[in-house]
Amino acid sequence: MDQYAVIAKDISKAYADVEALNHISFSVKKGELFGLIGPDGAGKSTLFRILTSLLLPGSGSGMVENFDVVKDFKKIRKIIGYMPGRFSLYQDLTVEENLNFYATIFGTTVKENYDLIRDIYVQIEPFKNRLAGKLSGGMKQKLALSCALIHKPDVLFLDEPTTGVDAVSRKEFWEMLKNLQEKGITILVSTPYMDEAGLCDRVALIQKGKILEIDKPHNITKRYSLPLFEVKTSRMYQLAGDLLEYASTQSAFRFGDSIHLSLKNEETSEKEIMDYLTGKEHGQIAIRKIEANIEDCFMWLMNR
Amino acid sequence: MNKTPVIHTENLVKKYGAFTANDMLSFDVFKGEIFGFLGANGAGKTTAIRILCGLSKPTSGIVNVAGFDIYKQTEKIKQNIGYMSQKFSLYEDLTIRENIRFFAGIYGLSSKIIKERTHELLTKLEIVDLGDKLISSLPLGWKQKLAFSIAVFHRPQIVFLDEPTGGVDPITRRQFWDMIYDAANDGITVFVTTHYMDEAEYCDRVSIMVDGRIEALDTPAGLKKTYEAKNMDEVFLKLARASIA
Repeated sequence: MDQYAVIAKDISKAYADVEALNHISFSVKKGELFGLIGPDGAGKSTLFRILTSLLLPGSGSGMVENFDVVKDFKKIRKIIGYMPGRFSLYQDLTVEENLNFYATIFGTTVKENYDLIRDIYVQIEPFKNRLAGKLSGGMKQKLALSCALIHKPDVLFLDEPTTGVDAVSRKEFWEMLKNLQEKGITILVSTPYMDEAGLCDRVALIQKGKILEIDKPHNITKRYSLPLFEVKTSRMYQLAGDLLEYASTQSAFRFGDSIHLSLKNEETSEKEIMDYLTGKEHGQIAIRKIEANIEDCFMWLMNR
Repeated sequence: MNKTPVIHTENLVKKYGAFTANDMLSFDVFKGEIFGFLGANGAGKTTAIRILCGLSKPTSGIVNVAGFDIYKQTEKIKQNIGYMSQKFSLYEDLTIRENIRFFAGIYGLSSKIIKERTHELLTKLEIVDLGDKLISSLPLGWKQKLAFSIAVFHRPQIVFLDEPTGGVDPITRRQFWDMIYDAANDGITVFVTTHYMDEAEYCDRVSIMVDGRIEALDTPAGLKKTYEAKNMDEVFLKLARASIA
């Protein structure tokens, strides 16, 4: 146990007839940046609420820093920081008042742990007298993170901190997380953005209450076993449809300005694909063998 | 796609007190086009969309939507557009059929047409048997597909999609774009915002807002060339990050 900050053991949870979590087990090492990657409805928030002691598991058990999520909930609440998916600070308090409020609740002061939040807080400090409800999305997110950190937690739970956040702010947020990790904080973060998986030490891919895969991101992508190609032609609108009709095709998914084509077997050559597409009146055909990314893997695992 | 503008703005300005949320926006969106409307949080996208949907008046400038003037004909505009967002789409405590009837009724479609098109829609989505299910019982991906279908149910000239795919699983997200392509092929103009930069590549043209202004507007290929970027993510970072730094 000592090496682990969080352990989930066979956790299930049902709401009425919906099974939100189905036998979830994983563990997060101390100091690790661990990602739960999956779409809305996968069960990420339910899992976070169980691990932060806000919801009882239906069955199974959870431990945070050696404390049981059911029996030792009071102790757990002292040593974790939790940023829920929905903005939950006091909208009618100012930035500074919110921060002071959270510090006081945990029996500390902003001054005592200022070092930990300085890099994040300085960005919103010019607006410290503004009501939290009047902040922009990016600033709310920075304030929420500051409040979750102000008591210097051992483990930080961040539920979809980057949802609805633009690409630039998302990158900045992940840089902040890396800095916090260097200060020794264990971080469990969830996200529906597949491209963020690569920024975590390890990830669990989760879908419909089940874990599809847990590992380091590059180990997961290495296990993608189908031949995968990036295909571009002069007729991109028709390309996906034409590729799906091709006999050797396993899947054909749009990825930005190209299509990722996976094949059922190794036998089909690039030349054969090229000939097929030429026959379908595609021009400027470019085919390139590529390594799978996490999104390729997620879709592959979803369909299995 | 033809070159008839269905949205036309000229020097559109919107001020809130001393703050300029939209600063001299001038652009056209053409019939049947998929137009990506990108920008960082707080860049002014929501303000502009509210104006284009007839929910708010500009401080100054010319704005025409679906052939109607934004100052005098907002009710006409509302009848000729569809709208869907991730946050507001359908009523959870009504069934699929009830939601369709409700929204179609608001747009003044006759019972006969509603009945015909409902059958057509449920058949196309392969959910004829699920018509009497509550929206709350459907998975998110289904809700979003249905919400889009209902947003174009009254055959609007333009449909506004505000982050329609947020949080949706990667396969459903792509199926959603198939529906967008179908709508565009039928001549409906699609005006869409997204934080997924791969989706920006699926648009015919993309505008990028920075600090209230339209900083760039071109095809994805054109933007990548201009900003010497290998994908739209890089284009976006170059433009939006430059403003922060």
